Amino acid sequence: MLRFSKWKLFSTIAVILVGLLLAFPSTMDEKGREAFMNSLPGWVPHWLVPQRAIVLGLDLQGGSHVLLEIDSNDLIRGRSGMVAQLRDDVRNIIRSERVALEGGIQTLPRGVQIRLAQSADQERVLKKIRETIPQDIGGAFSGGPKNIDVTVTPEGAIQLNYTDEGINDRIRRVVGQAIEVVRKRIDFGGTTEPNIQRQGNDRILVQVPGLQDPQKLMEVLGKTAKLEFRFVARQGDTDIDMLPSDDYGGQPMPVERRIIVSGEDLIDSQVGFDQQTNEPNVTFKFNARGAQRFGQATTEGVGRNLAIVLDNRVISAPTVNTPITGGNGVITGRYTTETANELALLLRSGALPAKLTIVEERTVGPGLGQDSIEAGKKATLVAAVFVVIFMFATYGIFGLFANIALIVHVGLILGLMSVLEATMTLPGIAGIVLTIGTAVDSNVLIYERIREEYHEGRTIVNSIEAGFHRAFATIIDSNSTMAIAALILFFLGSGPVRGFAVVFILGILTTVITAVTLTRMMIAAWYSWVRPKSIPF
Amino acid sequence: MRLLRIWPDNTKIHFMGLRHFSFPLSAIMSIATIVLFFTVGLNFGVDFKGGTLIEIQAHSGVADMAKLRTTTTNFGFGEVEVQGFGNSGGVSIKFKSQPGGEEAQKVVVQTARAALEADYDFRRVESVGPRVSGELVQSGTIGIIVAVVAVLMYLWFRFERELALGAIVGTLHDIVLTVGFFMITRIEFNMTSIAAILTIVGYSLNETVVVFDRTRELMRKYKAIPTVELLDISINHTMSRTVMTAITTSLSLLALVLFGGEAIHGFAMVMLAGVIICTYSAICISTPSLIYIGLKLSGQKDKAVAGA
Repeated sequence: MLRFSKWKLFSTIAVILVGLLLAFPSTMDEKGREAFMNSLPGWVPHWLVPQRAIVLGLDLQGGSHVLLEIDSNDLIRGRSGMVAQLRDDVRNIIRSERVALEGGIQTLPRGVQIRLAQSADQERVLKKIRETIPQDIGGAFSGGPKNIDVTVTPEGAIQLNYTDEGINDRIRRVVGQAIEVVRKRIDFGGTTEPNIQRQGNDRILVQVPGLQDPQKLMEVLGKTAKLEFRFVARQGDTDIDMLPSDDYGGQPMPVERRIIVSGEDLIDSQVGFDQQTNEPNVTFKFNARGAQRFGQATTEGVGRNLAIVLDNRVISAPTVNTPITGGNGVITGRYTTETANELALLLRSGALPAKLTIVEERTVGPGLGQDSIEAGKKATLVAAVFVVIFMFATYGIFGLFANIALIVHVGLILGLMSVLEATMTLPGIAGIVLTIGTAVDSNVLIYERIREEYHEGRTIVNSIEAGFHRAFATIIDSNSTMAIAALILFFLGSGPVRGFAVVFILGILTTVITAVTLTRMMIAAWYSWVRPKSIPF
Repeated sequence: MRLLRIWPDNTKIHFMGLRHFSFPLSAIMSIATIVLFFTVGLNFGVDFKGGTLIEIQAHSGVADMAKLRTTTTNFGFGEVEVQGFGNSGGVSIKFKSQPGGEEAQKVVVQTARAALEADYDFRRVESVGPRVSGELVQSGTIGIIVAVVAVLMYLWFRFERELALGAIVGTLHDIVLTVGFFMITRIEFNMTSIAAILTIVGYSLNETVVVFDRTRELMRKYKAIPTVELLDISINHTMSRTVMTAITTSLSLLALVLFGGEAIHGFAMVMLAGVIICTYSAICISTPSLIYIGLKLSGQKDKAVAGA
């Protein structure tokens, strides 16, 4: 019989009401929501009123979507890349152990090779290298795989090569650092709520909604901003670069090619003030490795000038007065608070550990986004009107029930999307329009079955019961096949396409509530109210 | 009140007779699609081919197409496709993927912006490097294959083998003809098109499953009925629902085609064609294919089990 337990009745109505309530904020724009909240009578607690609207995708609100990729070749083999660092480490050991090499340090694709002049030193150097250079991946003493393989070739040369795990681990960490850098830089650009996330092993997805001028984003991100500390070359040094400088009237300055510390080891940089003159300066702080290298270099180089090189420009070249062993340092110069702040920010964020390449860009201007929203609304409305008229014309009062269910169905999709913080995209709107067409399919299946059963001579109640019962298996079958396609789309797609999949999956879920349960309740209520003599279609 | 009745009650149309026309017709269209695929090919968008797509709109409301063609060709980025759309000076410009890897694509956008920003509003820029486009091709292909396999497995568990096979025939047919539609209309094939095809896969099965559910029900009811007759009854019984759903879905999609705006137009067109193709194939391809796949076997097996 057409009876429902009270529990089922209440829970269905509750679900529908909550869903519609949650969809409510999405029907207004920002101003409308504010005006609505202000118009509420004072006794309504504000936390009770949902205020979260559906998030619009970049294709609707306008904005830039940029996919960045770490240039792993640069990271490994670049001028201050992993191999270069390894070479410096090995050089330090050679120096401190005071051994002679045959033919210098040779660079390999993923490491370095040395050949000792005296084979008697081999064991000692090898031991020292093994003790100091390779590190466990995943933290010290973790006993995990090493980042570097130390081997001796049959010819007696010592080879140090980064392992696959070592390189992947480094890329992973560098991406993490780069995400921080990108985040700081975009905040520096002053745009609103960017979404920055890791994608895959070596990529970063940056989405900046409402960005009017993506060129600006490109410029901010396009800066390599590599920070290095290097000694200013002395007379007679050969291994040097001539770099333009900000001090000394922009004259090119000879700087040693060897990098003491690079921006990667910089943890922090802040504006400070000189205690005597009260002039602004810039303080910086290294991590343990940076502090150790910096300490060693400044101990050796008291009295020399240290060049602070940003993007191959010397921004400052202070004299080393005392060894700096604690890992903290100060850059003084003729800074105003503002310029000091800028430099500190550049140093903080400037430590992009590797080159980033843009591999994908998608920008939608605000005009197109707004047009798409308008067009989407119009299409949704027209589709709904078409379907509502058609259903009513075909099934009369039953069509009306299906139409109410349809409107609730769309409301529930919107409500669920607000709760799940799912993003509405243009294909998502297309999905809504499409579900308007397919949602009534369940009703059509049921109604046609009811008709058939009725024409076969059953009573009204029996036909309705049988119609719902028999059509249900088919509804589940047909929706399952749709759900499979939609789920695959969800896992496969990104951005706009995913928005479509979300709408579609939610649409399938809510159909079961609206087209099956809600319609059935309405028909049951109608039946007990009207006591009809025949099926009205 | 007199209600609308699109499909009359109690029809006894010999739908299976249509197969003598529909099978050759579909065969010809499928072969034509395959031939077109290897000769003309799909009109791949930047998602799959790489390159840069720029959509601009003239501030003045009228775009000088000839001038745009010369300007963009003079950039020196190879062949450029310049196409007007809409009626308020909208133009889409497509540049090929530039040699020189990921970094080289950036220059195209920069150059175009510098040259055109004074007179045109930049409504959309899509630039996809060769590596990403390669990956998108891969994931699109995988997606379609996984979808077909997943659906196949579902059908395998849910239906008898013959019915599952018939549904797959229909689905493959629909995918092929939809791809054919892409090629004839030259609608751009991009990531959204994959979404359209997957949705059509879902819809195609939806249509077939509704008929086959009925077929299965009837098979249990009438054990000794000839296959052709059984299938005819299945279609006749479900026809009013098939027509109703095809109409409501087409109406929605038509609204999308007419009012949904330029950005979604291609998607809506393909979906609309897909719904028509799916409805046709459920009646004229996948159901009659059961005659050749041999539904009899299953019926006899049922009987044997019942007799045992």
